[in-house]
Amino acid sequence: MDNRNVLGALFMLPAAAILLTFLTYPLGLGVWLGFTDAKIGRGGEWIGFENYEWLWDDSVFRLSIFNTFLYTVVASIVKFALGLWLALLLNRHLPFKSFLRAIVLLPFIVPTVLSAIAFWWIYDAQFSVLSWTLMKLGLIDEYINFLGEPNLARASTITANVWRGVPFVAICLLAGLQTISPALYEAAAIDGATPWQKFRNITLPMLSPIIAVVMTFSVLFTFTDFQLIWVLTRGGPINATHLMATLSFQRAIPGGALGEGAAIAISMIPFLLAAILFSYFGLQRRKWQQGGSDR
Amino acid sequence: MAIQAAKTEQREGMHFLESVPRRWVTVYIPLTLFLFFLLFPFYWMGLTAFKPNAELLATDGNPFWVMAPTLDHFKKLFVDTSYPTWLWNTIIVSVVATFVSLATSVFAAYAIERLRFKGAHQLGVAIFLAYLVPPSILFIPLATMVFQLGMFDSRLALIFTYPTFLIPFCTWLLMGYFRSIPFELEECAIIDGATRWQILTRIVLPLAIPGLISAGIFAFTLSWNEFIYALTFVSASENKTVPVGVITELVEGDVYHWGSLMAGALVGSLPVAIMYSFFVEYYVAGMTGAVKE
Repeated sequence: MDNRNVLGALFMLPAAAILLTFLTYPLGLGVWLGFTDAKIGRGGEWIGFENYEWLWDDSVFRLSIFNTFLYTVVASIVKFALGLWLALLLNRHLPFKSFLRAIVLLPFIVPTVLSAIAFWWIYDAQFSVLSWTLMKLGLIDEYINFLGEPNLARASTITANVWRGVPFVAICLLAGLQTISPALYEAAAIDGATPWQKFRNITLPMLSPIIAVVMTFSVLFTFTDFQLIWVLTRGGPINATHLMATLSFQRAIPGGALGEGAAIAISMIPFLLAAILFSYFGLQRRKWQQGGSDR
Repeated sequence: MAIQAAKTEQREGMHFLESVPRRWVTVYIPLTLFLFFLLFPFYWMGLTAFKPNAELLATDGNPFWVMAPTLDHFKKLFVDTSYPTWLWNTIIVSVVATFVSLATSVFAAYAIERLRFKGAHQLGVAIFLAYLVPPSILFIPLATMVFQLGMFDSRLALIFTYPTFLIPFCTWLLMGYFRSIPFELEECAIIDGATRWQILTRIVLPLAIPGLISAGIFAFTLSWNEFIYALTFVSASENKTVPVGVITELVEGDVYHWGSLMAGALVGSLPVAIMYSFFVEYYVAGMTGAVKE
């Protein structure tokens, strides 16, 4: 038994050493930095909650919280709806099924920054292909400044985020759909169930554990998103698309206020914890889904 | 394969009852719209990369096609900028970070899943939680650490920090694979006098090769796509990775060189796309496996 523990510790050592040094320690360091006035090039002094008090009165920070929630909620709902729809479509009997599945995932695997550049070009104020098409169709009179007006910029960044996130949701849910036994649908068909009833009473309940996990991941990644915003708008116009992550970067690295940036980053943790707890309880498979009776 | 096909047939069995026009409306048209939405940015990226500047800035004519394709943007990219260096940096960092993470994860996952030492279960949960810590809240403290360790502005900084998100992911994924290998195999080996090391290298690892490939490919893609650490920890052009280099150096003031930007994005996307095309099944298994457990 002793041997087992020693060997276990030995096998864990490399991974644990890296994670403790570069993950656990910085996490603690980040919390500490949030309580200091550290700047780039000089260590900080402990200033208690001053950063947080200051941020609380900072309208840009408040706006970034609002933006982060708007971005996360809208993008997640759209990603879920479109992802589930796409998963259901891909679960049908289709020609070139595996090929379709493979190309659908492309937006997810290509580096976000690089695909964001393509969106940047698509949203360009002068040469946007979207504006060009809408002009030719006679729907608009002048080119749309997609990234130049607050609400348009929000909608544009959310669209780009949805574009990247839908394949992830769809492919994960498709994997879940394929584990549902066809016998259930046959039984329902014999009982005369409509397609909607089958979806509502078989597909959704059977899929709910995986939906909970996939959406938690999706919410987590959307909430902490940085790349897409940084490439498309850098938080502009007039801070309308600043998320907490981009604001934290802007204040800490180009701005040099490490302490304040850390405080903004740490402010995200309570929300993330809520998402993780949700995942934890979502992960608990209910008994009836494995053939047992409900509690 | 045959069994799988039969299963699929069985699962899809009910849909033949649908009429053809109905299928068009409910399946093919929505699917085509989805594909258009998901693939158009790639088409646009590829098209722009080959368009001469005159066509790019022309307001008349058909923007959806290129009249006189040119390789000028690629030439500019590879001759006038440090793009080849960025590519090389990205390759080095991704490959080394992936190998380090895989090697350490194999041991960690095996120990947690099979050695069943004291506290193994709690460690498994801790690994999962570590996977959920986003880089956006770590980059500031990591930046100060990287600076103090004298690794600032070097590839080493990235090689050391990328495993923070790769190891939890790989370990979690491999734990799932190791769980699927029957205990009896290992018990037989113990009876035959094999050591733990022999069991790991001769029995468990060969059986877990699909898992290793999944984890490796996913880890490589994640490193290739990483942005915030590379943007924060590196400032000299010769140390940049592709995503950072393209964003910070190909944009000069207000003049956007759209052609070379798109060429840069295209070339930077190709390696992961090509690798993905060869290992789609492993990739999907890795992604869904990490979510399902």
